[in-house]
Amino acid sequence: MLKLKLNLTNKRMSKITSLADLKKRREELKSGLDIRVKAIDPESVVQVKVAMATCGIASGAKTVMEFFLEQLERRNVAAVVTQTGCMGYCYAEPTIEVKLPGQDPVVFGFVDLKRADQIIEKYIKTGELVDGIIPVNYQTIDLKE
Amino acid sequence: MKELSLNILDIVQNSIRAEAAEISIMINESLSGDLYQIIIKDNGRGIPDEILRNVTDPFVTTRTKRRMGLGLSLLKYHAELTGGAMEIISNVGKGTEVIVNFSFSHIDRQPLGDIAGILVILMASNQDINFIYTHKTEYGEYRFSSEETKEYLEVAALNEMNLLEEIGWMIGENLKEIKVSGFELRERNRVIL
Repeated sequence: MLKLKLNLTNKRMSKITSLADLKKRREELKSGLDIRVKAIDPESVVQVKVAMATCGIASGAKTVMEFFLEQLERRNVAAVVTQTGCMGYCYAEPTIEVKLPGQDPVVFGFVDLKRADQIIEKYIKTGELVDGIIPVNYQTIDLKE
Repeated sequence: MKELSLNILDIVQNSIRAEAAEISIMINESLSGDLYQIIIKDNGRGIPDEILRNVTDPFVTTRTKRRMGLGLSLLKYHAELTGGAMEIISNVGKGTEVIVNFSFSHIDRQPLGDIAGILVILMASNQDINFIYTHKTEYGEYRFSSEETKEYLEVAALNEMNLLEEIGWMIGENLKEIKVSGFELRERNRVIL
């Protein structure tokens, strides 16, 4: 594990400027890392959708998306990260929708990198809810029977 | 939006929603002609004439969850701040082309920002779309195509994050080579476990 970490931190010593360099680096990566088999059925893995409309982008959705793309793979979580359009919660951007296998999706708002880290470590890995959930199924007491 | 790359990401969302299979992003820099031009072209559904007439109005949108569409109007505003303009050409069934011209030297022209990171995000979450990026300066021209990259690497998809990051670095090195104005390649968030 320590050797693997050293390999990762040293990997950017040589520049990559062409597709040929990229192909060579890919061969190096394949030999140093486990080959991850990508799940064919998205319903069987964690699905993370990052809202990427104007309000989201202006609020930092790009950084959040980069974080999930990178960290879910690094933390060995089988997941699909995609972008989606406006979910309508412009006041709470960046927003993400997380769907764990077999469960209803949950929308989180005001997602910064710290909250994104908590969502991965607590909600995605253990099912423990964290702050910032937008209650999309909320009903006021007046509407409840 | 403080960087043009974020505006580009926003406009490309329109192309993705229009079910484009190919999206081209072209940037032309001309210091001698005082021109900074961005062209985003897709082969999606196209925009009907009745919407095209007012499509840069922030209160005109095809979305259903809200009644405002700010992407095009914001980009047009940023261009006009520098004395530039936006033109949109669209044909239903064929696609849309958004052409935005900025004054290169104007102080209000925003920096490009992390365009390589934008391309990585787009490729990672839209595996079926061919993204073509072309950037031309007075020092040279660089062209990138996600489909050509897949073919060269003999992979079905660009979905390994390590590989995508290296692609981002490759794009960045080439843009630095042609001295792209306002380009920033941000260090990725590195969390050592």
